[in-house]
Amino acid sequence: MSNPSADTQRDSAASPHISPFVNAPVNKVLKPSQKIDLYRLMMRIRRFEERSLRAYQAGKIGGFLHLYIGQEAVAVGCCSMMGKDDHVITAYRDHGHAIAVGMDTKALMAELYGKATGCSKGKGGSMHYFAPHLNFWGGHGIVGGQIPLGTGLAFAVKYLERKGAAMAFMGDGAVNQGAVHEAFNLAALWNLPVVFVIENNRYSMGTSQERSSAGHTLAERAAGYSMAWDVCNGHDVYEVREKADKFLTLAREQNKPSVLEIDTYRYRGHSVADPDKTYRSKTEIEEYQRTKDPLNLFRSCLEAEGVLTTEIIEKIDAEARAEADLATEFAEASPYPTVEDITKDIYWEEDNPSHKTSQGTIIFE
Amino acid sequence: MPVITYREALNQALAEELERDPRVFLMGEEVGQFNGAYKVSEGLLAKFGPKRIIDTPISEAGFIGLGVGASMLGLRPVIELMFWSFYSVAFDQILNNAANVRYMSGGQINCPIVIRGPANGGTNVGATHSHTPENVCANHPGVKVVVPATAYDAKGLLKAAIRDNDPVMFMENTILYNDKMEVPSEEYLIPLGKADVKREGKDLTIIAHGRSVIQSLKAAEVLQEKHNISVEVVDLRSIRPLDEAAILASVRKTHRALLVEENKPFCGVDAQIAYLIQDKAFDDLDAPVKRVSAIDAPQIYSSPLEKEQLPTPQRILDAALGVCR
Ligand SMILES: Cc1ncc(C[n+]2csc(CCOP(=O)(O)OP(=O)(O)O)c2C)c(N)n1
Ligand SMILES: [Mg+2]
Repeated sequence: MSNPSADTQRDSAASPHISPFVNAPVNKVLKPSQKIDLYRLMMRIRRFEERSLRAYQAGKIGGFLHLYIGQEAVAVGCCSMMGKDDHVITAYRDHGHAIAVGMDTKALMAELYGKATGCSKGKGGSMHYFAPHLNFWGGHGIVGGQIPLGTGLAFAVKYLERKGAAMAFMGDGAVNQGAVHEAFNLAALWNLPVVFVIENNRYSMGTSQERSSAGHTLAERAAGYSMAWDVCNGHDVYEVREKADKFLTLAREQNKPSVLEIDTYRYRGHSVADPDKTYRSKTEIEEYQRTKDPLNLFRSCLEAEGVLTTEIIEKIDAEARAEADLATEFAEASPYPTVEDITKDIYWEEDNPSHKTSQGTIIFE
Repeated sequence: MPVITYREALNQALAEELERDPRVFLMGEEVGQFNGAYKVSEGLLAKFGPKRIIDTPISEAGFIGLGVGASMLGLRPVIELMFWSFYSVAFDQILNNAANVRYMSGGQINCPIVIRGPANGGTNVGATHSHTPENVCANHPGVKVVVPATAYDAKGLLKAAIRDNDPVMFMENTILYNDKMEVPSEEYLIPLGKADVKREGKDLTIIAHGRSVIQSLKAAEVLQEKHNISVEVVDLRSIRPLDEAAILASVRKTHRALLVEENKPFCGVDAQIAYLIQDKAFDDLDAPVKRVSAIDAPQIYSSPLEKEQLPTPQRILDAALGVCR
């Protein structure tokens, strides 16, 4: 990226964008400071992702890196509606959700570097972030594999008689995994408080929705299980909040599952390894950046609402960049795990020897 | 002789077999328009068209099962798994359906299907994407398992696998895709179940498969130069069928055996080989058989540690010195 801020630069000639959901009750109740916090969160995700991309390009991190740039309003909008007994699980494109639930970007960056100070001690990597203390259950590498788990989180919430819900995020390509459909049926059959969120960024790797999924809207598949469903403009964080709230409430109050398909777009390749040349045009990407960027749209709306000033905008941006730089410095200065660490964290019992009840060899040479 | 990569060797094998037999088709995620996630199928869509080079949704259970069904009716599907790690969502189709249908039909049906793709660690992608399931698959009578280590072997074995009348699990390696060597342009096949001595020696036999062969060859060189130990490296190439004769012949020659693999130790392929050696060549041994496998844990993400987790030339060397002591 030649100019990392180009995609969030203001187009002063454009008329202000006012979200049609600005007066939705969940948004109307927000104090100006809370609105600014939402904007800040989105900006922190973007700057974190840009910084991790640079670290990757500099050869500091390897493996897969699936960036969330362009999709920020989805995780931020949904996770901003979480109550204390609500839970989140997602796939490998998980950095946005991790930051949105409140994970520390230092530990996130250190994880990308494979350092012992990472959120999973360098054992999980980019695709496998976890923070159970923040009700964030990962970070899953196998397409669709997290959806039954999310359904299980909802089952547990209900079983424990808590008033909460689980949000299980997946991509548009994941709807074609068998496990997803089995989970849909179980959730509907047993009235589980789960919201299945499809982040439809239009492509699964290099395959467009038309080339991979039968039918029209993906969420419509919910009808086969008599589940509630809706589609949502994921470029507008206010709309995301409104629709997530509707289904979270349905889950918490009535134990009803639902499918929410959120239209969004990723600006970067599927992962950093994707040359991103064969399946979509540069013009398409630029068009999204110009007209639908979730940060631009929300900033414009907040300016029209009189909440954001140029001064605050610049301050937030500068702080987000500084935070990402700090995270990188932390990651670089941190140590790697040791060879002895490789065989730790495999079994609960081995890590808690005073409670050990089983016998015999469990780790082999 | 032309020098080509392991990737190109696979590509040529696919192209030649697609050309030869109209029943052969290639199916998988991103194999067509995207030219393959790892470019193994580059150019095949342009050459053979969308009837035979078929892009799929992310539905491994669906399209692998479909391949098994189509093979029952006489087609010869080659199914690409973007990573062998994703076989687990299609486990039932592969290891219940493909593996058992011949037996359960009393021999009336056969499944000439090839399931291929990379199966390796060492690429810094974490536990979910680093499985090496050759031991798991080989545990199921009814399927065959092939793990080529070089471009030459990859080409000859893939062509033989496609012509084989049983289900063949063909496991490649992303780290080897760019490895180059001379490969003849004339057609050749390598029979499944035939091991290859990749280096001759007289003091110690190292038995390996996949990338562990390459690591073992590196260790063998140092053992010769620095320790004056002459190592024979036997590349299994096929796990099932297994060339027991080649293993035993080499062990009877050197009287010492070290087994190297990327599998985790418990029930790894080499557990079977160790049993074979003690059963059939016990009296030929001058030292206990030793193994080098991956450190017994899910694959760690952290790159420098993952390198240590897999059999490194250094770990192989240390173990070899132990066997030769
Ligand atoms: C079962 C399985 N098959 C294939 C893959 C390889 N893979 C990883 S991501 C991906 C595309 C997923 O697309 P989508 O669900 O739309 O999510 P997005 O990447 O767009 O967020 C594929 C094919 C995988 N991880 N798991
Ligand atoms: Mg997608």
